[in-house]
Amino acid sequence: MKEYFKNAWSALFTIFVGMKVTFKHLFVPAVTIQYPDVKLQLPERERNRLYVNMDDCIGCDQCARACPVDCISIETVKGLPGEDLGKTSNGKRKALWVTKFDIDFAKCCYCQLCVFPCPTECIYMTDVYEFSEFERSNLIYDFVTLTPQEREEKKINYAKFEAEKAAAKLAPAAVKPAESKEAPKP
Amino acid sequence: MIYDFFLKITGSNILASIIQSLLPLFIFILPFALFAVWLERKVSAHMQDRLGPMRVGKHGWLQTVADILKLIQKEDIVPNDADKPLFNIAPILVFVGSYAVFAAIPFSGAFIGSNIDLGIIFIIAASGFVVAGILMAGWASNNKYSLLGAMRSAAQIISYEIPTVLVVLTIIMITGTTNLATLSEMQTGHFWNWMIFGGPNFGIAKFIFIPFMIINFIIIYISTLAEVNRTPFDIPEAESELVSGYHTEYSGMKFAMFFLAEYANMFAVSAIVTALFFGGYQSPIGYLGNLFGAHWLIPIEQFIWFTAKGIFFVFVQMWLRWTLPRLRVDQLMAACWKYLIPIAFVNLIIIGLITVL
Repeated sequence: MKEYFKNAWSALFTIFVGMKVTFKHLFVPAVTIQYPDVKLQLPERERNRLYVNMDDCIGCDQCARACPVDCISIETVKGLPGEDLGKTSNGKRKALWVTKFDIDFAKCCYCQLCVFPCPTECIYMTDVYEFSEFERSNLIYDFVTLTPQEREEKKINYAKFEAEKAAAKLAPAAVKPAESKEAPKP
Repeated sequence: MIYDFFLKITGSNILASIIQSLLPLFIFILPFALFAVWLERKVSAHMQDRLGPMRVGKHGWLQTVADILKLIQKEDIVPNDADKPLFNIAPILVFVGSYAVFAAIPFSGAFIGSNIDLGIIFIIAASGFVVAGILMAGWASNNKYSLLGAMRSAAQIISYEIPTVLVVLTIIMITGTTNLATLSEMQTGHFWNWMIFGGPNFGIAKFIFIPFMIINFIIIYISTLAEVNRTPFDIPEAESELVSGYHTEYSGMKFAMFFLAEYANMFAVSAIVTALFFGGYQSPIGYLGNLFGAHWLIPIEQFIWFTAKGIFFVFVQMWLRWTLPRLRVDQLMAACWKYLIPIAFVNLIIIGLITVL
C-alpha cells in the first residue's frame, strides 16, 4: 500500500521536475541560426571552393599533378621568345600561356593538396561554399583569363613558330652558307 | 443569446440554427487549429532550443495557412485494397465526433451552441463517438499499422473514459447539475469560487474539498490527455513504431480532417477541464464591462477568458508532450486501471460523503 502511494507520488513529482526542465528551455535562446540570412563564421583554414589567380599562375602543372582525383586539367603553350608575358607578384617571370585551366568541382574532394605545391601561391581555398548547380557540367570552372580566340591564337602562333624553327633547322642543312641568321623571326 | 440574435436578423428558424451551428467551426475551430498547429511547432522548437518555422510571416505565423494550401492541392490517394466507403467516411466521422462536442461547450454567457441540461454527459458521449471513426479508419485502411493504431486507440479511449466520468460524477455530486452553462454561472465572482478551490459555497466543506479537487483535476487532466491521443499517451499514432497509426494511409484533405479533429479535441478537453474546475468562462478578477457599465462587453470578455484558459491548457498539453516519453501499452493500461480509476473512485466516495454530511 505504501509502495502504491509512493509510486503515484513519484510519477507525479517526476513529471513536474521534467516540466520544470522543459519550461526553462523555453526561454533558452535558440542554438540554431537562420541559415541563408545568418551565416556562421567559418574557421580560418576552412576548405571550400578553390580559386586560381591567373595573374600569378605560371602554368607549372604542379597542382594538377598533386590532385588525387585529377579534377584540375591544365594546358599550356610556350610563349614566343620576344613576347613579354608579365611577371608574377613574387617576381617570377612567366614563360607559358595557360590556355586551359579547368577545375571540375564535381570531382574535387577539397583536400587542399593542390594548394601547397604552388610556387606562386596562386591557387587557394576561398570561403565560398554555396555553388550548387542543376547541371553537373556547370561545375567545371574555367579560370583562364584569355578569350577563346586569344587561346587559339597563342596555339597557332606557337605552332607556326615551331614550324618555322623546324623549317629553319632544315634550311641551313641545304643552304647554310647563303643565309645564316635571318630565319627565326616571327 | 446568439440564436435569438440570428433569428431576429434572418427571420428564419432554420437559417438561424444553421448559422449558429456553423459559427463555432468558422470563428473558432479553424482559426484555433491553425493557431494551435503553429503554437505546437513553436513551443516544441523553443523547448528544444530551436526556432521553429520562421519564414512565412513574422515568426512563421502564416506557416499553417501555407501548409493547408499545400494540403488542399495534394492528391487524394485511396489505397487499392482499402474498404472505400468506410475509408472515406472515417475522417468525416472523426471530425463530426469532435465537432459535436463543441455544441455543448459554453464559450461565453451569450454563446453556447446548445444549452442542453445534460451538457457534460453529452460531451462525454459525443467524444466517445470518435472511437468509431478511428477504428473505422484503421480497419478500412487495410494496413497492419493502421489497424494496430486503431485498436490501441480504441482500447485507450475506452479505458480512460472511466476515470474521466468518475471525476465528472464528483463534480455533478457537488454542484447537482450537468448543465455546463449553469456550472459556469455557479463559479462566478472571483477565482476562489472556482471548483478547483472548492466551489462557490463558502463553508468548512469548501476547504476540505480543495485537496480532493486538486487530485480530481490531475486525474481528469491525465485521462482527457489520453483520450485525445496526445503524447505521453500517443501509442495509437506512435510515429516511431506505427508510422502514423490510424491515419497512415490518408493524404490531402482527409489527413487534414484528422489533424483538425485532433486539435479540435485538444481544445475540447481543455474546455471541459476549464468549465469543470476553472470557472468556465468566468473571469477570475471581475469584468471591465461591469467597471465601465458597458454590459455588452461582458460576453466578449467572457469569450476571451474562456479561450485564454482553454489555450493555456492546450499549451500545458504541448508542454507535457515535449517533456514526457511515450508510455508502453502495459504501462498505459496500468496507469489507468491501477492508479487513476481506484484513486478517482476513492475520491468519488470521499466527496460523496462530504457532500452528504
